[in-house]
Amino acid sequence: MSMSERYKGTTQAAPPAETSSVDRAPSAKEQDWEKNTLRPALEKKPERQPEFTTISGYPIRRLYTKADLPNWDPDRDLGFPGKPPYTRGIHSTMHRSQLWTMRQFAGFGTAEDTNQRFRYLLAQGQTGLSTAFDLPTLMGYDSDHALSEGEVGKCGVAISSLADMEVLFDKIPLANVTTSMTINSPAAIIWAMYLAVAEKQGADWKKLSGTLQNDILKEYIAQKEYIYPPEPSMRLVIDTFEFGVKNTPKFNPISISGYHIREAGSTAIQELAFTLRDGMEYVEWGMRRGLDVDQFVPQLSFFFNAHNDFFEEIAKYRAARRIWHKAMVKRYKSTNPRSWALRFHTQTAGCSLTAQQPYNNVVRTAIQALAAVLGGTQSLHTNSLDEAWALPTEFAATIALRTQQIIAHETGVTSTVDPLGGSYFVETLTNEIERGAWEYIERIDAMGGMVAAIERSYPQREIAEASYRYQVAVDKKEKIIVGVNDFASEEKPLEVLQIDETVARRQAERLRKLRADRSQAEVARRLNSLRAAAQGKDNLMPFIYDAVKSYATLGEICDALRDVFGTYEEVAIT
Amino acid sequence: MPEKKIRVLIAKPGLDGHDRGAKIIARALRDAGMEVVYTGLRQTPEMIASAAVQEDVDVIGLSILSGAHNTICPQLMKLLHDKGMNDVTVLVGGIIPEADIPALKQSGIAEIFLPGTSTQDIVDFIHKRVALS
Repeated sequence: MSMSERYKGTTQAAPPAETSSVDRAPSAKEQDWEKNTLRPALEKKPERQPEFTTISGYPIRRLYTKADLPNWDPDRDLGFPGKPPYTRGIHSTMHRSQLWTMRQFAGFGTAEDTNQRFRYLLAQGQTGLSTAFDLPTLMGYDSDHALSEGEVGKCGVAISSLADMEVLFDKIPLANVTTSMTINSPAAIIWAMYLAVAEKQGADWKKLSGTLQNDILKEYIAQKEYIYPPEPSMRLVIDTFEFGVKNTPKFNPISISGYHIREAGSTAIQELAFTLRDGMEYVEWGMRRGLDVDQFVPQLSFFFNAHNDFFEEIAKYRAARRIWHKAMVKRYKSTNPRSWALRFHTQTAGCSLTAQQPYNNVVRTAIQALAAVLGGTQSLHTNSLDEAWALPTEFAATIALRTQQIIAHETGVTSTVDPLGGSYFVETLTNEIERGAWEYIERIDAMGGMVAAIERSYPQREIAEASYRYQVAVDKKEKIIVGVNDFASEEKPLEVLQIDETVARRQAERLRKLRADRSQAEVARRLNSLRAAAQGKDNLMPFIYDAVKSYATLGEICDALRDVFGTYEEVAIT
Repeated sequence: MPEKKIRVLIAKPGLDGHDRGAKIIARALRDAGMEVVYTGLRQTPEMIASAAVQEDVDVIGLSILSGAHNTICPQLMKLLHDKGMNDVTVLVGGIIPEADIPALKQSGIAEIFLPGTSTQDIVDFIHKRVALS
């Protein structure tokens, strides 16, 4: 039965590609081995489980041979690194020339607190910055808003205005340090603040390098930090693309993210399919704006999860590159190889970390990071051992960074490009994951695209189903989590980072002073211009930039846009 | 006469949108035969307390991962007390540092379930607790 048949008339289907699509024709030697070696062995001692599956529930065969790759053409399907279809990586020398960027996500408390952590991480050999913002900032509220109570500086740094951003990047030369910012709904505003700081530092915007997450689609799908409805949100995203093409050619205005989709409980195939279909949605909206594909697509970057299932993850990254190349060339008629090569950041799986026996998380993270490196990542964040409890301490964050340095300098895995290329297993899995992802992508096409699919809760429901299936498997001990549902032991509590409870008060005081010192007339004028522009069709970036420079706060700017765009409420599904 | 079903409100307070846990618990409790109402995201303590009264629930399950538990839980407990809902069992699941647990229990939270808890343990706890009350 084909996947589309299996799906008919149901909204709660199993994920695609549950079984191999390949009709195996084993060689005479393989048949002989099966009959004379394998069967007697199984009779003597059966296998440990009736079925072996990946963490995503994908069935894995006992042995992969050339019979699993009947139509596989290495020239077509594997190619060479730096050349289409990029299965082996986007650069010809990969990590032999340049290691991935070690980019640890950090942010807590006030801008001063995080500035200190940034400078510590850079001193420890970290090669790029990555900023975590607190929930009020992510949701477009100032630190002194009623809904911010209890949340200020907890999950990241509190940034309410350009004044905070100036402190955050104090003594960090933005011209030389690539900077990633994990912000979505208010991304255009935070980016404008970053650009204003860069300008003050005398940095040339054309040379700035870094990444804005700015991926609103996965917010509706998985992480749920949205403010406005999809339509105006997508307009803001495309405004940043358009602004970026003209002003910041080396800056990635978006990081199209599968990370959060996976954390929400998706399978590897769902992560890949929904993320790449999101990417295609952004490409299509950009084209509809009149942007030239080969001008803006080279600036789009991706972000994937690195979960526990080692080979499944490696195959996922390899399949991602192949799908993106195909989509760019076939669907969007791109002629610029820079649009074809999928560049991605990876973060190890936060959801795989256990609160129990937390030191085991160092081992999990190391294995996940190794998969990302073998899969050809461009940058990497490794989680800290204490993150099932709290934001990381400096001690834990240092071990996480050292984990990457050990992989880079001690293991030898960076000495050759795509060392797993040609493995029967990895190539079969890469094919199967690609096939499964295309089935989802085509299904979403048939719904009218990703915004339409989101509005009918399709990806949300698929993820919830997968997440529940996994939980049931864990509860039944079909999937073992060491230290949680097996191998449990008594342990001492861990020392965790405590966020200073005075952060909210200090932030409120700073905001009070800011509002007293700035020109209210100028702020009102800038916010009114923004509101008026939002009602029309102009690119909003210049208006946002002017508002930011007048020291209008994040909350005030987001409110001005709330006045025009309204807010979004999802249909809660369980 | 059929036994009255246990009624549970699963709530997601605060600004955080990570709802994987809340949804899994809602579904697991429903599969265990309970009547479950899920509030959806970003509920203030006032909204949760009102929903608890309106739905006449036996149990409230709060999913909190953001570190805002020390603010949210005491506020909710006070509101429930003010509304005379002293019998409702309030549970918290999520990322809660061990050092914060005694104070939360002091404020009236019946139990705190940390990451890694099996859904069966939560079902069993609720059955035992509601049978006692």
